[in-house]
Amino acid sequence: MDNENNKNVQTEEYSLNDDRRVKTLSPGAMVTKRFLRNKVAVTGLIILAFMFIFSFIGGAISPYREDEVFYRTDIQSKLFASVAENTEFRFIINENGEGFSPINQAAFTLAVIEGRDSFEKGGDSFTIVDEGDEIYAIFKDGVADPVAVATYDIVSSATGNEKLPFEMQYLILKTVGSDESQFEYQGKTYKVDEEGNVQLGNDVVAYASRYSIQALMPDIFLSQQFKNELLESIENGDKDFYFTENGETAEYTIEYDAPTKSYKIKQGMDTVVFDSFSAPSKEHLLGTDRNGMDMLTRLMYGGRVSLYIGFIVVAIETVLGVIMGGISGYFGGWVDNLIMRIVDVFYCIPSMPLIIILGAAMDEMRVDPQIRMIYLMLILGFLGWPGIARMIRGLILSLREQEFMTATEATGLSVKRRIFRHLIPNVIPQLIVTMTMSLGSTILMEATLSFLGLGVKFPFASWGNIISDVNDTYVLTNYWFIWIPAGFCLLLTVLAFNLVGDGLRDAFDPRMKR
Amino acid sequence: MRKFIIKRILLSILILVLSAFIIYALLRMLPTSYLETIAMNKSMQPGSKTYTEWMEQLSSTYGMDKGIIGGFFSWAANAVRGDFGDSWLWTVPVVEKFNSCIWLSFIMGVISFFFELIIAIPLGIIAATKQYSRTDYAITIIAIAGISLPTFFFASLLKLVFCVKLKWFDLGGLIGRNYDHLDSFHQFLDKAHHLVLPIIVLVVLSIGGLMRYTRTNMLEVLNSDYIRTARAKGLSEKNVIYNHAFRNTLIPIVTIVGGSLPGLFSGALITETLFSISGIGFVSYQSMKAGDIPFSMFYMVFLAVLTLAGNLIADILYAVVDPRVRIS
Repeated sequence: MDNENNKNVQTEEYSLNDDRRVKTLSPGAMVTKRFLRNKVAVTGLIILAFMFIFSFIGGAISPYREDEVFYRTDIQSKLFASVAENTEFRFIINENGEGFSPINQAAFTLAVIEGRDSFEKGGDSFTIVDEGDEIYAIFKDGVADPVAVATYDIVSSATGNEKLPFEMQYLILKTVGSDESQFEYQGKTYKVDEEGNVQLGNDVVAYASRYSIQALMPDIFLSQQFKNELLESIENGDKDFYFTENGETAEYTIEYDAPTKSYKIKQGMDTVVFDSFSAPSKEHLLGTDRNGMDMLTRLMYGGRVSLYIGFIVVAIETVLGVIMGGISGYFGGWVDNLIMRIVDVFYCIPSMPLIIILGAAMDEMRVDPQIRMIYLMLILGFLGWPGIARMIRGLILSLREQEFMTATEATGLSVKRRIFRHLIPNVIPQLIVTMTMSLGSTILMEATLSFLGLGVKFPFASWGNIISDVNDTYVLTNYWFIWIPAGFCLLLTVLAFNLVGDGLRDAFDPRMKR
Repeated sequence: MRKFIIKRILLSILILVLSAFIIYALLRMLPTSYLETIAMNKSMQPGSKTYTEWMEQLSSTYGMDKGIIGGFFSWAANAVRGDFGDSWLWTVPVVEKFNSCIWLSFIMGVISFFFELIIAIPLGIIAATKQYSRTDYAITIIAIAGISLPTFFFASLLKLVFCVKLKWFDLGGLIGRNYDHLDSFHQFLDKAHHLVLPIIVLVVLSIGGLMRYTRTNMLEVLNSDYIRTARAKGLSEKNVIYNHAFRNTLIPIVTIVGGSLPGLFSGALITETLFSISGIGFVSYQSMKAGDIPFSMFYMVFLAVLTLAGNLIADILYAVVDPRVRIS
């Protein structure tokens, strides 16, 4: 009630002729009011504000850096050992003898297959003595000690990886072959049991086995007990194998590898790997990407990069376009013609293929990622000015004929004043609208180029960059948190720019309803 | 009228020559190390020509030994006769490779163009006639969303929903696994089935622009004096809109549509790449990434020709459809 009375008092004070009765606003305020009345445009503005805050302030708040890599420990199955059954003759060669060349070995094998007990090769003749159990001692005629022993069994030391002397191996094999239970070597008596274990006293010092079990990891020694239990598991057809040593039980998996006809023993070991594609969690609100970097942080930095590039490109375009369009429109004549032909030529050149070729060339020349971004901005800006120039020229051509311009000329204002204080302010509304729309399409173009791998490169994040992971269908299906947020950010930003541009256009248009 | 057309054609040829020259100069200015690396890689592949032979081919087609201007003329002399050289990546003459993939892109372009027209123009007109209503807002937002969608994101979303989750379509490619076993009618259906998603992507992304353009023009026409006269005369609203307003709106639309006809040949690079369809867009993208200079040169000049043809058609149509332009 009081307010109303006050207002009434105020309007009654003015006479009916007084201009102050009419509420007028400055053009800028008028445009703002009309813009804010347009709900769609205001929505765009709010989305834009959110995106800016997200990209710039969010990036500063986030505890992680853009390229900070995270690790996790994973249990990875690593090859531990391999077990192969011997199906070929192994030759244990006497160190003190003359050696037994592969040609001789082949001749021996032939002789055994044919069932002979002697053979000749290279001018020497050899005799074969069958020690039983497919163990053969090969004697060269005229030499007392065997020159080699052929067997399917392998004799290994139980205490280490060292090689046993030939004579000891020969004695072990002879004992195994002849089903005896002991032999004497260097004054000591060794007992041999059925499984091929050789014992001195109570300790197992060696063993003969048809299976060769090799450790595939460095610095691992497989004890005899391990090998025995392993062989048992294999014969039982187990897939898992547990071995207890010093009170600790380790689990291994047994796999048969057909191409090499051997069993691979794998052990799960803790390894530190990149924390790639981890699901959204409390530490990583949107999970991590392929390289183990936090997704949310990358989104924020990506937004920053996209917005920077958009603004700088539009700035370059606008400056160039306004200057060229302005000169062309204002002076007319041959200058206008020339500049318009140049604009036509630029329009003719396809921009996307050009950028792709330049991007591929920069790839080949391994340009530094930061410098690439600068080149990208320069190229995009340079390819975009014709559009703006054409529009400005059209505007200036139509503005030049209007009466207010004739009035400025008639009042004798200088050219500079005419252009900057009268012509340009009338160009600005349309220019702002075009710049806003340009921003949207530049961000899209940059995202497309980054998606193709030709724009912003790793380690810098860009929204298009992030989505390019989606080329792998597995990522597409299972890791939605990688690409869908980035795509939505992109969509929302460009949408917001377009909505704001549209709203500005409606607000500036004098013909729309007030 | 005829003079106008001839003048425009001559101007277009001049612009084409200038653009071709600029494209040629740019490709020549690619660092020689880049070209040499490509030629080196090519020559190291089994059974290919030697490095010197590759560089010789490049020199002879593009006049690399002469200066830029001389080289341009030697390339142009060949180009006018239709000899664009052999493609480095595809190892067949450029024109032959081009012929094999252009028709696919063209068909995709035509189909999506047709759908684009029948969806965008009516919707634009409805949005204009019902300005500021909910329909208008909805249509405007759909249009702007269509312009703002990144192609690759939309295509990937469609792939996720329709190919992976619903399993209605294959993830990509033009033909299915059983293509060879089908009879010709089913082969045709198979190809059509594979083209559904790419065409949806193309259509959705292009209706935005046309819808808003139609709406803006329709609004301008509806606010003009002669429409007000028609209403004052008592004509039914339907008559006013479909007989009078619509025809005048068509003027700029026809010119735009006519101008984009040559663009049907240009192929949609991203869509074709994402759906692995070997149209001209995908093939040229692969060539450009691999540094295939003959093919890239040809493709860029081809696109320049298309743009100029589009502009020319648009201008001619404008003169044909709008008598006011003819007189001035």
